[in-house]
Amino acid sequence: MSAVIQNVIDGIAVGSIYAALALALVLIFRSTGIVNFAQGEMAMVSTFLAWGLATSGVPLALALLITLAVSFVAGMVIERVLMRPVEGGETLTLVIVTLGLFIFLNSLAGWIWGFGTRAMPSAFPDSAVQVAGVRVSLESVGITAVVLGTVGLLFLLFQRTKIGLAMRAVAVNPESSRLVGVSVGRMLMLGWGLAAVLGALAGVLVAPQLFLDVNLMGGVLIYSFAAAALGGFDSPLGAVVGGWIIGVTENLAGTYVDFIGSDLKILVPLTIILAVLLVRPSGLFGSAEVARA
Amino acid sequence: MSLLEVEDLRAGYGPVEVLDGISFSVEPGQVVAVLGPNGAGKTTTLRALSGMIKGRGRVAFDGEDIAGRPSEWIARRGVAHVPEGRGTFAPLTVDENLRLGAYVRKNAKDVKADLAGAYERFPALAERKTQPAGSLSGGEQQMLAVARALMLRPRLLLLDEPSLGLAPRVTGEVFEVLRTISAEEGTTLLVVEQNANLVLRFADHAHVLETGRLVLSGNAEKMRADPSVQRSYLGR
Repeated sequence: MSAVIQNVIDGIAVGSIYAALALALVLIFRSTGIVNFAQGEMAMVSTFLAWGLATSGVPLALALLITLAVSFVAGMVIERVLMRPVEGGETLTLVIVTLGLFIFLNSLAGWIWGFGTRAMPSAFPDSAVQVAGVRVSLESVGITAVVLGTVGLLFLLFQRTKIGLAMRAVAVNPESSRLVGVSVGRMLMLGWGLAAVLGALAGVLVAPQLFLDVNLMGGVLIYSFAAAALGGFDSPLGAVVGGWIIGVTENLAGTYVDFIGSDLKILVPLTIILAVLLVRPSGLFGSAEVARA
Repeated sequence: MSLLEVEDLRAGYGPVEVLDGISFSVEPGQVVAVLGPNGAGKTTTLRALSGMIKGRGRVAFDGEDIAGRPSEWIARRGVAHVPEGRGTFAPLTVDENLRLGAYVRKNAKDVKADLAGAYERFPALAERKTQPAGSLSGGEQQMLAVARALMLRPRLLLLDEPSLGLAPRVTGEVFEVLRTISAEEGTTLLVVEQNANLVLRFADHAHVLETGRLVLSGNAEKMRADPSVQRSYLGR
């Protein structure tokens, strides 16, 4: 029994990481209707930046803070320079632009940092505590706490501040937002900046558990897509809950379903994406239909 | 000096030109109506004035040229626009809609006072403060749209067919509110309406728009008495 609980806790931790990246996808999709396929690669580049700073002697905490700040600015620049000219365009155009960004960032990272694997230091101690007979790793607790804290801050931003209200208004009705004096472009930039920060967070949290290389976020992105699809692509709450469900399901299935093991874990998100599209295209909390391709 | 001076305004959508060069002016505190049949360019006029579409020509608001400027810039100058279809933020609450109306204003204390004032003026909105705007009835949504526009403390309020889709009794209430605003706050109003009968009784001055040109302008009361206007627009 304690092994199951341990699995669930680890599942929630990894699910929190999926949730962070899924939240980034949802933020951008809600305000612009763009599914940002490059979200994972943006996160990967951020993670390399953190690794580069940390290995060149910058204290890890400071390296992470710098990374988040740089990611925020880079996200805004990407919106302004790359996305603005095509925003509101054909879906296919938008998909191709984000795929292009995906390939560009992947190659850029390989060119700068090479294609080998690196070890990313973790911000959390590598130990565990015993709670009521269950061993809980501090890393799992730390990851979950960091993501929950971030989600809490985002909630406050959107629900309690004027700028958050304006961002929600832009997502709902850009034309009316302009009429009350909101600069829609600035809000979209801010959205991309926040999404880049969430992605970077997911990257630096997941990298210590995997190997850091240019394909770091490929797998994570698929799980996050599943989380966003399951929760509803326009629902921030859905992204978080979806992330947890995916993380826990993946962990339990990997441990207790024999033929899945660790090799076929990727079947879990793919099955969930397929099931959501077939049964409930709007997801658990969403309102927009995810179109069947 | 006129609050709004429009000279040879042309605007349209893509290659289609809807406004064929119109000129008029609005004095401070005035209520001005723009009448005309469907497709005459009434909505286009308002959209060009508030920057929702690019207009060419000269549009001076309080002496400053606003033609071709983006909507958010024009809104910051004190022009509020209640667009066709009301333009409320449907999933956001009534309270959030109103607070968005005051987005460009800096003084939080004044905004708070105006918010309380808005709920006093529109008790129906006060009851629905925390409900999503989309759940309101048509009349309540129109009230919300007007209340939101007023939160800007506009010097010029543009209204696009405030009577559209409303029952006559509700339309009467909306115009009653507009009359009060004009009288008490001295807000300048530019109202586009198909319901000429209603708006001519309310406005000081009126213009008749037909296929993108102003064909008639004058004192609203005189226009109401004009037999040719009666025949064409008042259905008498």
